[in-house]
Amino acid sequence: MIGGLFIYNHKGEVLTSRVYRDDIGRNAVDAFRVNVIHARQQVRSPVTNIARTSFFHVKRSNIWLAVVTKQNVNAAMVFEFLYKMCDVMASYFGKISEENIKNNFVLIYELLDEILDFGYPQNSETGSLKTFITQQGIKGQHQTKEEQSQITSQVTGQIGWRREGIKYRRNELFLDVLESVNLLMSPQGQVLSAHVSGRVVMKSYLSGMPECKFGMNDKIIIDKAGKGGVTNEAGKSTSGKQSIAIDDCTFNQCVRLSKFDSERSISFIPPDGEYELMRYRTTKDIILPFRVIPLVREVGRTKLEVKVVIKSNFKPSLLAQKIEVRIPTPLNTSGVQVICMKGKAKYKASENAIVWKIKRMAGMKESQISAEIELLPTNDKKKWARPPISMNFEVPFAPSGLKVRYLKVFESKLNYSDHDVIKWVRYIGRSGIYETRC
Amino acid sequence: MRSVMFRFHVCAGEIFELKAELNSDKKEKKKEAVKKVIASMTVGKDVSALFPDVVNCMQTDNLELKKLVYLYLMNYAKSQPDMAIMAVNTFVKDCEDPNPLIRALAVRTMGCIRVDKITEYLCEPLRKCLKDEDPYVRKTAAVCVAKLHDINAQLVEDQGFLDTLKDLISDSNPMVVANAVAALSEIAESHPNSNLLDLNPQSINKLLTALNECTEWGQIFILDCLANYTPRDDRESQSICERVTPRLSHANSAVVLSAVKVLMKFMEMLPKDLDYYGTLLKKLAPPLVTLLSAEPELQYVALRNINLIVQKRPEILKHEMKVFFVKYNDPIYVKLEKLDIMIRLASQANIAQVLAELKEYATEVDVDFVRKAVRAIGRCAIKVEQSAERCVSTLLDLIQTKVNYVVQEAIVVIKDIFRKYPNKYESVIATLCENLDSLDEPEARAAMIWIVGEYAERIDNADELLESFLEGFHDESTQVQLQLLTAIVKLFLKKPTETQELVQQVLSLATQDSDNPDLRDRGYIYWRLLSTDPVAAKEVVLAEKPLISEETDLIEPTLLEELICHIGTLASVYHKPPSAFVEGSRGVMHKRLPAQGTECPDVGNAAGGSAPEAAPSIIPSQGDLLGDLLNLDLAPPTTPAVLLPLVWLPAMKAKGLEISGTFARRAGVIQMELVLTNKAMSVMTDFAIQFNRNSFGLAPAGPLQVLTPLGPNQTIEVSLPLSTVGPVMKMDPLNNLQVAVKNNIDVFYFSCQYPISMLFVEDGKMERQVFLATWKDIPNDNESQFQIQDCHLNSASNKLQGSNIFTIAKRTVEGQDMLYMSIKLSNGIWVLAELKVQAGNPNYTISLKCRAPEVSQCVFQCYEAVLKN
Repeated sequence: MIGGLFIYNHKGEVLTSRVYRDDIGRNAVDAFRVNVIHARQQVRSPVTNIARTSFFHVKRSNIWLAVVTKQNVNAAMVFEFLYKMCDVMASYFGKISEENIKNNFVLIYELLDEILDFGYPQNSETGSLKTFITQQGIKGQHQTKEEQSQITSQVTGQIGWRREGIKYRRNELFLDVLESVNLLMSPQGQVLSAHVSGRVVMKSYLSGMPECKFGMNDKIIIDKAGKGGVTNEAGKSTSGKQSIAIDDCTFNQCVRLSKFDSERSISFIPPDGEYELMRYRTTKDIILPFRVIPLVREVGRTKLEVKVVIKSNFKPSLLAQKIEVRIPTPLNTSGVQVICMKGKAKYKASENAIVWKIKRMAGMKESQISAEIELLPTNDKKKWARPPISMNFEVPFAPSGLKVRYLKVFESKLNYSDHDVIKWVRYIGRSGIYETRC
Repeated sequence: MRSVMFRFHVCAGEIFELKAELNSDKKEKKKEAVKKVIASMTVGKDVSALFPDVVNCMQTDNLELKKLVYLYLMNYAKSQPDMAIMAVNTFVKDCEDPNPLIRALAVRTMGCIRVDKITEYLCEPLRKCLKDEDPYVRKTAAVCVAKLHDINAQLVEDQGFLDTLKDLISDSNPMVVANAVAALSEIAESHPNSNLLDLNPQSINKLLTALNECTEWGQIFILDCLANYTPRDDRESQSICERVTPRLSHANSAVVLSAVKVLMKFMEMLPKDLDYYGTLLKKLAPPLVTLLSAEPELQYVALRNINLIVQKRPEILKHEMKVFFVKYNDPIYVKLEKLDIMIRLASQANIAQVLAELKEYATEVDVDFVRKAVRAIGRCAIKVEQSAERCVSTLLDLIQTKVNYVVQEAIVVIKDIFRKYPNKYESVIATLCENLDSLDEPEARAAMIWIVGEYAERIDNADELLESFLEGFHDESTQVQLQLLTAIVKLFLKKPTETQELVQQVLSLATQDSDNPDLRDRGYIYWRLLSTDPVAAKEVVLAEKPLISEETDLIEPTLLEELICHIGTLASVYHKPPSAFVEGSRGVMHKRLPAQGTECPDVGNAAGGSAPEAAPSIIPSQGDLLGDLLNLDLAPPTTPAVLLPLVWLPAMKAKGLEISGTFARRAGVIQMELVLTNKAMSVMTDFAIQFNRNSFGLAPAGPLQVLTPLGPNQTIEVSLPLSTVGPVMKMDPLNNLQVAVKNNIDVFYFSCQYPISMLFVEDGKMERQVFLATWKDIPNDNESQFQIQDCHLNSASNKLQGSNIFTIAKRTVEGQDMLYMSIKLSNGIWVLAELKVQAGNPNYTISLKCRAPEVSQCVFQCYEAVLKN
């Protein structure tokens, strides 16, 4: 199991460390610093074996978190743990920075004592941790006996993510369908790969221990139920299709997986506040909000002509925002002249790219930029690698076509019904890695 | 000096201040003080002097303060064991506190304090906590048993904690179950045959129930444990699979991978014609693809595992090629792994897409990645015949870019393509020849030379090309030299008239001027072949070559099976069995996949212990064969002395296992010759061996090959090849070796001493000039003199050469023979010796000079042994 955890700053100084196993000596701290942090070459693997000791690391801004072990541990678990640890720390003190870590080391010690026992991850839910972590947490030290045993049964129990006795005057929930659409397109406009990875994020402010059921236009369900039955038309977007094929989805631990496996229904008791209900991935019938058409012409050895057209491909009534097109330029660029019809474009020498920004753009429109790039003559034999043109944007619909059909809330013990709950749904589509080769 | 004093002064003042604050009456002040103490502890200041004052703060009902004090205790108890005892009472009291959080905290912290005296006091509270009414306390106590076992395994067994732990598997609380499983699995790993985790259908059922209810981490522990179980038949196997598949939708990637491990393993037992088998295969693909949208580090772990899964069951992901396309911003470690998987998945159906991608990658920036992409194009050509032509033209395009490393890599793969499709793509040779001058890597040069030799009859100036390489023959690497030799012989056989001179030149270069035995041997063989029977030579040298296989870099099947059992773990990331990177007895046990349809014999324990298979015919290890050859070949005087076996481990000390042994060096390989005798009443199996770190990094180069079980009163002789690349630690005496041997009964330890002559390497002959310079260079302080008495020898140097002690020069001064000798140790240390022999005097004097003078004594002993033997 996990033998120890070290947190370093960018210089390789240890900010905090906790050793869980005897087989991890102090020299391990130095081994990682010398071989990884101070290594001359770029890190070639997130897992490093130095003298029969294995190190797993992740980096958050300029902080290194390293797990060290001498055993054959579950590597996936170690990384999941490291990400969780980062989340927990972030929810306690915000950004993971040297200053924040130094100011909170007692808290970090206490967390590490609770989250890992003898190197085994125990409980990493911020919600329940906050009920018994004393640093910055609970103020009143004098809990009653009932409260104490309630804490422990909650931490260890089946529903470790929610405490009993939550009350809201107004029962309300917010659903955000957040999608990132990824594309890799050839210069000729052929889709090489495209997929949407989406998340359903829920903010729940519900009293008691509500039982929820979530429904969406999943092809398998719709086909099973026969046609019709689409109840929620509120977030209707450009596409008229009824249902979508989901390649795969994963759920928050509150969702009953066996029920999903057998009936494909998503039922759960939600954590309080904000959390990620599910993630999903689709590849079929994706609406690609933008198309990028590049044209690069080399004029002699010292000049490049670039023309890029972007076309928006969604309902004219909708508006895309925060559009940014990034056109890479060769390293030996000496000067650039740009002309664009819309928005602003600028050559950024430090980033080796022309950055073209458009604030808003409606559907079914097109816009164009052309640039002349002057090159310094070089005797470098190596050709310019021509990185792809990448794009960023945000659109108010789900490119996968996903729709929320319902979210039903049942709380039998308290006197509110599904109708009393105020429910909000929002769809946001963003660019993931949206690239066109040129 | 002054600065050190100054710091100390500040520290002392600080400590004084903290002391006062710790003893303050006010709770808040105390709390702040303890926080300050911990702050100092974090930055590495020594605050152990405050131990008694901090311990005094322990008696409080304030949870926060208590936690702080416990934190401090964990850190310093080890360095202050006597003081730590002072805290014991409070610990014991806290274990009975009405607040379950405090009870758990106390038992958790006590387990972390690894002081023997404290563990005795831990037993009673731990026993109570294991049966506590509160699940939080029980789950903490379960892990504490594993902690205690790590400190004192005997104590845990004697106190019956293992049975209590087993009972916790049936606990009503899922988290308690999960922690109990984790603790038991860990303890079981250090006792491979203890039958601790007695998995049977009932307990499996309990685990599967808990699986649905516990935290994500608990699910991982349970799934990892399930993977060690071997179901009794395919029905049971299917029902477990059915209950595990829902885990594939978990948000935690580790849960998903552990579930995949269980499914991959249990699937082996399902009949292939079963409908469910097909369904399961289909269910596996989407979650594996989803893992690729995780954070890059997890993607890396997932890709390393997918690499194994694709080799084991290529059908699962055969339609998912696109998801492995490399993204421009992927970290390099993700890119390289994706590329590997792309090659494995390449097939006729997707080859066009793959090639287009690979061509794109070949223009990227990262050198390793580009090389791998070029190599991948070659592999596609070999794998998918229809694509070969397109691959070759792509490679030619890349050669035209003239980027040096791209060209070299392309030539290496084109050589393989020629081997696979002989006489098909020779038209490109001209293009290749144009790039001859830019090749500077041995592999590329060797490949080019091979091509020229192979197609010598079609290349008009083949002789000129090869001759140009010959000029710097001795500066080339062995690989190139060997290839050049063969290529010129091929050329000669094809065009004998014009190239006689060339072939003679290369043969003399190889046989007379080279000190590389491989090269010399090959040279002699060709020479004799050509001079005795040119027809036979033609048959041998120009024989049709066997086709090369389509897949390369495949993991050897037994290792692959073992790695599949380790999906998700470090072993699957390194693609090495755990024994290769885990120290000690943990994880030495090899895991195997269950066989389809076979009923598991009633051997109770699921892990290992299955009936031994029919023993494969034993092939003598390579070392032995070579040793024989060597003995045949060489003149008798150089046969090295053989040591008589010594008893290293008497049967009394090892529950009936007697080990005697000796060391030998044969053909450059150090062999540990072991004689294992079973003097007990029961059969011994599952032998394994490990060395402690030692002065010269000796380590077993392979597993201990005891293939058949050792029955009572049987003896077996095993020779274990040793490598010298293991971890190094200076021992006393220097040549001491601590060994652990494990069998199904227990682990036994002994130590033995190896003669240092085992480490004398074959290329230990120093040039005269170098010897003189080195002798002068080593300070006289490092010289040591010894006397060897009663020696009657005619030629000491012959005898010494058998042990790789090389005589460099001999000088006779006033009736005294002075012999100058050199020795090179496996770690590169040179020892220089001067041996004085006076005619008629049986006493020799020897002076040894070495940069590491501590080896001199050992070397002297070895001289004595050799000369007197």
